[in-house]
Amino acid sequence: MFSLAKLVKPALGLLAGFTMMAAATTLAAADETRVVFVTHGQSGDPYWSVVKNGMDDAAKTLGVKAEYLAPETFDMAKMAQMIDAITASKPDGMVISIPDAAALSTPVKNAVAAGIPVIIIDSGGSKLTHDLGGLLFMGQDEFQAGVMAGERIKALGLTKAVCANHEVGNSSLDDRCAGFAKGLGVDVPVMNGVIDPTEMKNRVIAYMTAHADTQFILAVGASGAEPTLAALDELGLSGKVKTGTFDLSPTILQAVVAGKMEWGIDAQQYAMGYIPVAMFDLWKKYKIMPIADYPTGPGFVTKDTAASVIELSKLGKR
Amino acid sequence: MVSEIRDERVRSVSRLSRLLSRPELGAAAGTVLVFVFFAITAGSSGLFSAKGIVNFLEVSAQLGILAAPVALLMIAGEFDLSVGSMIGFAGILIAIPAVFWGWPIWLSLLLTFAVCGGIGALNGLAVVRTGLPSFIVTLGSLFMLRGLTLGLTRGISGRTQVSGVHELALHDPLNSLFSGQVFSGLIAGLADIGLIGKRADGLPSISGIPVSIVWWIVLTLACTWLLTRSRFGNWIFAAGGEANAARNLGVPVARTKITLFVMTALAAALFAAIQVLVTGSADTLRGTQKEFEAIIAVVIGGTLLTGGYGSAVGAMFGALIFGVVQMGIFYTGIDTDWFKLFMGAMMVIAVLFNSYVRNRAMRSR
Repeated sequence: MFSLAKLVKPALGLLAGFTMMAAATTLAAADETRVVFVTHGQSGDPYWSVVKNGMDDAAKTLGVKAEYLAPETFDMAKMAQMIDAITASKPDGMVISIPDAAALSTPVKNAVAAGIPVIIIDSGGSKLTHDLGGLLFMGQDEFQAGVMAGERIKALGLTKAVCANHEVGNSSLDDRCAGFAKGLGVDVPVMNGVIDPTEMKNRVIAYMTAHADTQFILAVGASGAEPTLAALDELGLSGKVKTGTFDLSPTILQAVVAGKMEWGIDAQQYAMGYIPVAMFDLWKKYKIMPIADYPTGPGFVTKDTAASVIELSKLGKR
Repeated sequence: MVSEIRDERVRSVSRLSRLLSRPELGAAAGTVLVFVFFAITAGSSGLFSAKGIVNFLEVSAQLGILAAPVALLMIAGEFDLSVGSMIGFAGILIAIPAVFWGWPIWLSLLLTFAVCGGIGALNGLAVVRTGLPSFIVTLGSLFMLRGLTLGLTRGISGRTQVSGVHELALHDPLNSLFSGQVFSGLIAGLADIGLIGKRADGLPSISGIPVSIVWWIVLTLACTWLLTRSRFGNWIFAAGGEANAARNLGVPVARTKITLFVMTALAAALFAAIQVLVTGSADTLRGTQKEFEAIIAVVIGGTLLTGGYGSAVGAMFGALIFGVVQMGIFYTGIDTDWFKLFMGAMMVIAVLFNSYVRNRAMRSR
């Protein structure tokens, strides 16, 4: 005979099982720390790629859930919307870069007001971070790093320099050039470059032809440095006209080892990805947070130290 | 004998006015104008030295390699916005198998040309099958290819730049085809008799002509022959002029367009091969905005944005103007903050002059 009870019982059991499983997964999800990065740097950019690697490595090592978000173009309105959206999803910590204080202050304040701990990395600086209620600032003061680069060149007795900027209008690259001029103590013209390596190389050649008295070329990133090295090679000026760069790449490090480049300035941005993940994990578990800002750069990689970091650069850690 | 009787409906046109009505005439005139401008403002600065000429020709050549097939595609009435992303994608396809999997360069080049040609065919198929504007279809491929490039590269290498191709390509049979120099002996000879300047270390200021310039000229000539001397060329004009009428006359419009999408994709792969082997590295951001630069060069060269009219030689002049203007400002000593303003203005003036000359020529016919 057909019995309803016979059918209902296993069905109930199944249902109970599902509910328990669901409860277990929510519990696990609630335990796992979730950190979200919202930055202005596309992960296609070699510099930000290293930040993301740091984040991924920390997440894997510590068993933390970490997400990386950035608008595809330098779009502050979009970045503000992203911060708002992530705030609404209540992560355990947010890591944000602030290249434009006017556009991003309000969403960052809103995130803080919603009770989400916030760490600012790369751009924004210490004062802004604390004004907005951020816990701490991690990064390299680009202007100050430029000043230190300028002072080193001044110490070599060089005065005629140019700043080869492959992305004029990007404020942190502009700061690097401006700081460099301050440190050197003389006017430094900015050469407008491009991402395209052939055009960049040929522009450096053209600039050097028209300004043959230039003694030092500062590149403000790997995309400018590699073509600059090629240009000096082609002009037969390799090693005669000195050059140095911000950021590292295997090619840059090899040039430093070979004496074709004075130094590469390492912002150690891997730490900007790795450490906030670890900090938020500690914060969530034990309410532990460092009390001071964390400057990651500038670290000058010179002939003595370059060889030891080439492999790390190939792996995207430096 | 009918053929001996002159048909009164056919007007005889003199050689001169035929020349004047060629689409590239205006572009040639624009080129002359730009050269005159730089001869006056930067004549003695080294722009027109051997080094300076190779300097702007190399930039022109790379763009021109893209522009020639893009011109054909635009004459057929379609756009390909994916060529820029295709350059980045192709570069990674060359570098990753070589650097990470130990493939010989020639094999990764073959793979790259095959894959890119295939994607070009997919672009073409999508356009002719869906009937969507190619502008939209290839805008989709623009983003998809860029994303695919980034995902693959970061997934495999953890970075966005792959370097170390130089050492691997050193003894590859195909290396000199893309990154080599030609006429090195001739250049050395000319330097010996003082026609070409020398560097501080006594070597000639240039060691040869980059092979990309040869590619540029050969491709332009091939595209010109295809367009003006082959049946396929008639199909291109017909497809871009009035596709339905062409179809009714038996022109295989779909096949023509798909072939042209394959050609633009292969040109992007060639661009990437040259850039990767010359610089020794690939980067996910390579080729950014090249799709627009190629279209600009083609339009400066007198090809109509609406299709049905244009030439490959015009695109060559367009690329030449682009290269000269790009590099010229550095020799003039103008503050380079004004670079883009200057470049935009020069472009507009060149195109205006171009259409003025063309209109004059057309009227005199």
